[in-house]
Amino acid sequence: MNAVLSRRGLLAAGGGLVVAFSLRAEEVARPGSLKETPFLDAWIRVAPDGRVTVFTGKAELGQGLTTALLQVAAEQLDIGVGQIELVTADTARTANEQFTAGSHSMQDSGTAILNAAAQVRGLLRDAAAVEFGVSAETLSTGDGSVRAADGRRIGYGVLAGRLNLHVVALPNSPLKDPAAYRLMGTSMPRIDIPAKLTGGVAFVQDLRLPRMLHARVVRQPSVGAKLVDFDTSPVERMPGVVKVVREGSYLAVVAGKEWQAIKAMRALTAAAKWQETATLPDEATVLDTIRALPARDIPVLTWKGAAGAPVKRLKARYTRPYMMHGAIGPSCAVAAFVDGTMTVWTHTQGVFPLRAALAGLLRMPPEQVHCIHVPGSGCYGHNGADDVAGDAVLIARTVPGRPVRVQWMREDEHTNEPYGAAMIAEVEGAIDADGRVVDWDYGVWSNTHNRRPNVGGLMLQNAALPEALPVPPPAPIPMPEGGGERNSNPIYAFPNARVVSHFIPEMPVRISALRSLGAYLNVFAIESFVDELAEAAGTDPVEFRLRHLQDERAKAVISLAAEKFGWSSGKRGEGRGFAFARYKNLGAFCAVAVAVRVEHETGQIRLGRVVAAVDSGQVVSPDGIRNQIEGAIVQSASWTLYEAVHFDRRRVLSRDWSGYPIMRFPAVPESISVHIVPRPGQPFLGTGEAGQGPTAAAIANAVRDAVGVRLRDVPFLAPKVKAAIGV
Amino acid sequence: MIRLNVNGHVHEVDAEPDTPLLYVLRDELGLNGAKFGCGLGQCGACTVMVDGRAVFSCLTPIAVLPGRAVRTIEGLGMNAVQHAFADEQAAQCGYCIAGMVMRAQALLEHNPHPSEQEIRSTMSVNLCRCGTHMRILAAVRRAAAAMGSALVVKP
Repeated sequence: MNAVLSRRGLLAAGGGLVVAFSLRAEEVARPGSLKETPFLDAWIRVAPDGRVTVFTGKAELGQGLTTALLQVAAEQLDIGVGQIELVTADTARTANEQFTAGSHSMQDSGTAILNAAAQVRGLLRDAAAVEFGVSAETLSTGDGSVRAADGRRIGYGVLAGRLNLHVVALPNSPLKDPAAYRLMGTSMPRIDIPAKLTGGVAFVQDLRLPRMLHARVVRQPSVGAKLVDFDTSPVERMPGVVKVVREGSYLAVVAGKEWQAIKAMRALTAAAKWQETATLPDEATVLDTIRALPARDIPVLTWKGAAGAPVKRLKARYTRPYMMHGAIGPSCAVAAFVDGTMTVWTHTQGVFPLRAALAGLLRMPPEQVHCIHVPGSGCYGHNGADDVAGDAVLIARTVPGRPVRVQWMREDEHTNEPYGAAMIAEVEGAIDADGRVVDWDYGVWSNTHNRRPNVGGLMLQNAALPEALPVPPPAPIPMPEGGGERNSNPIYAFPNARVVSHFIPEMPVRISALRSLGAYLNVFAIESFVDELAEAAGTDPVEFRLRHLQDERAKAVISLAAEKFGWSSGKRGEGRGFAFARYKNLGAFCAVAVAVRVEHETGQIRLGRVVAAVDSGQVVSPDGIRNQIEGAIVQSASWTLYEAVHFDRRRVLSRDWSGYPIMRFPAVPESISVHIVPRPGQPFLGTGEAGQGPTAAAIANAVRDAVGVRLRDVPFLAPKVKAAIGV
Repeated sequence: MIRLNVNGHVHEVDAEPDTPLLYVLRDELGLNGAKFGCGLGQCGACTVMVDGRAVFSCLTPIAVLPGRAVRTIEGLGMNAVQHAFADEQAAQCGYCIAGMVMRAQALLEHNPHPSEQEIRSTMSVNLCRCGTHMRILAAVRRAAAAMGSALVVKP
């Protein structure tokens, strides 16, 4: 037996060995999440009947991850997708891969599974070589078995019985030649779509456990609101009501049926009296308020180099308001408190951090909390998913033995989800006589973009409960990924540049991660300002970008988008806009070209043709990439044209879709086409957040081209556009 | 007890008459297709058909339904509209999709050859947040074409 000693074995063997092990672990860089979770059997197990189970600590959020991971595993294992069962994020079963966020799933989990699967196939082949008494190179794999040149074959299940897969992965894997891929790089239909099209159980909202109760919460109407004493007994007598839960200013009701819970919740809402204070900033001046708050200045970069003399200098400020995730399905969770263990079915992006947060909220040890991911409505970042799990556990604890399902109402989701942060970017730049950027000075003002709960103090319920837990101070996300400063570092080769992130600890409004974090505003600002400089230089904006780029992959994506759009240099005034970014300057490359028409009478911006090009590294599912980029374009167009959270000094006023309108069908583009630059064998770069920033800037640039107006403050509401056009 | 005809089957439902159809479908009949989205008739996630018309099940009390035929996505089998959505891979998270299919079904039953503007205007009632709109529109066009050709080949 050639099994490597397990970590536990080493720990038991003595401290000296542990040190040796850690040093060795640092020397070798295992790919993806194999760094943190190195054992092969944490990712792949092979049963005696040959069936394979693949484990991922990431979650299906509607991005098609499960299908892509199955393709990767089946490819490298040389088996059919149908022979694999995929287990997703579960604190009792899978690796701790933290959050499913930041377009990291393919880079982290996809890479781990790619390599683990290749290594498992290699071990199975080696075992067969011993069995057959031949060299491993003469063997081939396929259909779940290893075959010898003379026709002998042996199944993976039999071989796995002779292997120990509880071994640490090696840094290098016997990966298949990308030219021989039969599954990776093909558009396999998503495995989760059939159930969603036929009314199958597809979402946490669809879970129905035996003896399950339904609960609804009466939320504090505003931050810090105190529940004044009132009589709950009339509600307790309503049909189906099991109990009213009240702890401090936390109020909820449990009933046998969902509609009974909703009616009881409404009665409680009417009866509850709150003492409220004005804690919110003045919406009309909120951007100036944020800009004036004390900030910690974090240098992002300083470049100094020889450059021509500046002949034109421009300065501009770009802003975005607070924005909503706006899931179509309000957040939902099911929890059951049985024999001292709390089990939670949740659509959180991070089952392990949430477990720690729920354990804190419940004052229970984390080992007694079990979080299981079940897909929910798309979340687009940190929305109400975690907080509704907090409701489910607090309520379930009061009815031990009975599963409790809680779904937020629309108003709960709109007014209680943590919003995407309002932000400001100020940029100054200069060009020389040759139309080259010689100086670039950029500052971004933002709160953190991450208040994801990993301790109880960060749960929404914490402030309502009688004894609140300490709340950790907001922290910036360091570069190279960054939070507010994500993508504030220009990808262009400017000789002189200075970028500073002004991190603002104080949060006037509760915020957290919204898809692409600060990259949305930073890319909008940079790509708008690059167009402004191109115009000042009298240069075509696509040409201007290419002139300042050295990265060949960036240039290839820009050129492909321009070609497919039919971008012709120098042709202006037709409402065409272009923008480009590499997400985080580490991830996918994405260029977007749009055609717009601006209605002078109304100020409405109508989206015509949209063409995008993307390089996400090795492609697993081309259609999956196209679907993500199309979605990014439409969602970003909605943010950019319509969206802002409204509030008065006490309460959020954007309580439903009438108070927070988003894009509807008549306003979506005439067409969107997405073109992929294939990069066989290259690392996965992720896709989900590559298109949002470029889309916003491309629209602004197209509006400038169409009507001569430069829009720098999102959203581009029609009355504002009409006023700017001045007709 | 209220008698409801859902997908061709009659059910005796023990629920208060003001209960919106959505909760009866989901919690009494165990059907998952219709989804709670807003409870306000603003998003269409709960869309089902009643006597051939698309309605918001979150706003329709069961008291008005005796004698009417309710149809949900579970009652479509796997028809041309669902096939078209599958062929176009017209879903991301998929929470809105059952509602989209039901509204498209109602549209195509009444207007087998809708124009692009008619499709967009009818579907405007339903919200999607993932930005799957272009695929949903393509799926409706594909379904219309498939149903149209099916009509043509009928004897």
